[in-house]
Amino acid sequence: MRLLTHNMLSSNIKGVTNGFPLRIEVEKAIEKQVDFNPDFLKNMFPKIDWKALLDASRTMGYAELPDETPDSSMLDSDEFLRKFHHALLELHLEEGALVCPETGRKFPVNKGIPNMLLHEDEV
Amino acid sequence: MASRPELKAPPEIFYNDTEARKYTSSSRIIEIQAKLSERALELLALPDDGVPRLLLDIGCGSGLSGETLSEHGHQWIGLDISQSMLNIAVEREVEGDLLLGDMGQGLGFRPGVIDGAISISAVQWLCNADKSSHEPRLRLKAFFGSLYRCLARGARAVFQVYPESIAQRELILSAAMRAGFAGGVVIDFPHSTKSRKEFLVLTCGPPSIRSELPKGKEGDMESCSDDDSSEDEENQTVCISDRHRPRKKQKITKKGKGREWVLKKKEQMRRKGNVVPPDSKYTARKRKGRF
Repeated sequence: MRLLTHNMLSSNIKGVTNGFPLRIEVEKAIEKQVDFNPDFLKNMFPKIDWKALLDASRTMGYAELPDETPDSSMLDSDEFLRKFHHALLELHLEEGALVCPETGRKFPVNKGIPNMLLHEDEV
Repeated sequence: MASRPELKAPPEIFYNDTEARKYTSSSRIIEIQAKLSERALELLALPDDGVPRLLLDIGCGSGLSGETLSEHGHQWIGLDISQSMLNIAVEREVEGDLLLGDMGQGLGFRPGVIDGAISISAVQWLCNADKSSHEPRLRLKAFFGSLYRCLARGARAVFQVYPESIAQRELILSAAMRAGFAGGVVIDFPHSTKSRKEFLVLTCGPPSIRSELPKGKEGDMESCSDDDSSEDEENQTVCISDRHRPRKKQKITKKGKGREWVLKKKEQMRRKGNVVPPDSKYTARKRKGRF
């Protein structure tokens, strides 16, 4: 699972009002090369929750992203875009878990696939 | 139709390891899935600026439909309930991200982040109640409600569905409308039983010019009026007086069916979406005797 997906996912357990961002527990993280596409990144940037991406990339062991939420002028810098690209699309959580911030419920991640199935009493 | 997989078992059980492998190794299914997703992507009508979008593939299975999305350069997130199907998708090294989830439990995404959603032959599964806790209406409501929330304004969702009956289609459509979607059903090749395909095209947000429904594909533009009349003739009961008619008169003509009949049949086939050779002066001509 890429951090792009992590940035979109929120816990939808019944009664949870703020299921975002899911905390990441890493057992194994891998990197996969993906083609660099600045257009996609520029299009995606306004939708990304920077804080969540920053925390997630730190947890995954990538500390290159700037602390401050970058403004849109940063998007012209190739260096920043490369880092953004790497954090968003190339870092994969292979084994581990996602934890709901409110209830602490664990969603296990196996072979890069998070199991988001809910139990009957959580629907 | 006893062959519908929906009637056999719940999706997470029906698509077990063997079925998932069978599904993904059949070249026929691969071709159909690719065609359907190609068409769904076309109906999604994403702005034509070459910018990759973030799409959602609901019921992605082994990633056959996602492959089409990747070919067009889009990033996608796939959701499926069958672990076996997802395992195959991992094996095939699809480019999108995969989630194991149940669409009837609602989609857990942040609001307004997804640029479009497609789903190939999946939504009809929601109409089944496979567990005692399942209530199709509630599951459809949860699904469409959460989908509406996570789609960006003006984004579209295209579902290819095989509804079992008219009532089932109504059920799905009314759930979508209640969630706030605008749109309707687009039917490709409505006259054909085999290549007839239904697409639910839904638009997020208030109706606008963009939410106007695209036209379904047809073999030909002509209306179905003469098709109906010919069916009526076949279905008519035979009068008793006809039965006592001398045999000779029942034969149509010695020459065979004739050019008009052939043209009519070709027209019917075209309307079904089959490939039919064009009409020419040779159509329905007899071969020379010496051939």
